[in-house]
Amino acid sequence: MADVRGAPSTAAQPGAPGKKALPATLTTRARPIALAWACAAVILLWSGLDLAVAAGGAAAPDAIDAAIARYHEMLDEGNPAELDEQRGEQLWKTAAGPAHATLERCDLGRGPGVVKGAYAELPRLFADTGRVQDLESRLITCLTTLQGIPESEVVAKPFSTDSARSDIEALVAYVAGQSRGVTMQVPLHDAKEKEAYALGERLFFYRAGPYDFSCASCHSSSGSRIRLQDLPNLATTAGAQRAYTSWPAYRVSQGLFRSFQWRLNDCFRQQRFPEPVYASDATIALTMFIAANANGARYNGPGIKR
Amino acid sequence: MGDPMKIKATLQDGVTEVKILMRHPMETGLRKDESGALVPAWFITEVSAIHGDRVVLRAQFGTSVSRNPYLAFRFKGGQPGDRVTVSWVDSKGDRRSDEAAIG
Repeated sequence: MADVRGAPSTAAQPGAPGKKALPATLTTRARPIALAWACAAVILLWSGLDLAVAAGGAAAPDAIDAAIARYHEMLDEGNPAELDEQRGEQLWKTAAGPAHATLERCDLGRGPGVVKGAYAELPRLFADTGRVQDLESRLITCLTTLQGIPESEVVAKPFSTDSARSDIEALVAYVAGQSRGVTMQVPLHDAKEKEAYALGERLFFYRAGPYDFSCASCHSSSGSRIRLQDLPNLATTAGAQRAYTSWPAYRVSQGLFRSFQWRLNDCFRQQRFPEPVYASDATIALTMFIAANANGARYNGPGIKR
Repeated sequence: MGDPMKIKATLQDGVTEVKILMRHPMETGLRKDESGALVPAWFITEVSAIHGDRVVLRAQFGTSVSRNPYLAFRFKGGQPGDRVTVSWVDSKGDRRSDEAAIG
């Protein structure tokens, strides 16, 4: 009668000490997340890439797709992201910082304190900062202005590790969860919003780095996979809709909840690009490009990934 | 005193389905950290669920259960509004108890 999700937690085993996945010269500043698990993962991922893409059209694709779909179904039930949503809601409603204020007056675009449906309309232009902001950069604004926490402190540890959970990621879980079932409607009305979208599109196709890679190298063809993971074609509406509406997400292999900024950060690492600055205009522009491409879809997150 | 659990209990056709999400690192004791040192074992050893004065589930957990475990089970009976209390004990002797009303 009882079901227990049985992936052993050793799946998140870090790589051997002293083994570095990247030459130090490729990272522009110290990584906030431990390279640990990444070492093994990145090697597997890259050696698997050619094989998986080449084998895309193998014998019984329908049976493979059905099995993968079943695996995702099994993961879906009991998504631990709900625990992060719960924790994020607590953080949202608890007074903190030098100003001893809660985040309940935080304006996420639909007016101060309105959380419902806000994530489905982000990124967007905010009049008070004059910037196009995604959820995480907007949370930085609220944490600094409402609670009075210095920005350096807010962005010091944006991503969770085994030993330290990020408060911002929990807040992301809560806010995103409040848009579940809401239709994606990212605004592209203002010139700055259109500019961010155009910049994001350029970055998406921009080839660089030691491998002459771009986001588009993996994410602009349909029906490809890396091992068992579908590579969504983010240049199409259907692909962007499916991918964007399932992030942020709980990663089973890491046992951690991951935000969209983390997703982009890790994509940069996989491309051997310098690490992007957290919540920078470049990462927001890329988010804008993918989020606006997903317009019209029902937001389904927070999701769960392998 | 661990983090709160998330418990949902729903009644359908006289059967109550309870879904529980627990927050726990569930360290196996076999994993190494960045410096190469073994991370000590730390996992939930026992889970129990009580409805009224009846124990409806007693489970022994070990290291093969994933981090942040999810457990679902069903029992006969229960009325809307009844409390279901779920408790766990881990290998360090830490314990946590949360409850939910049957909806």
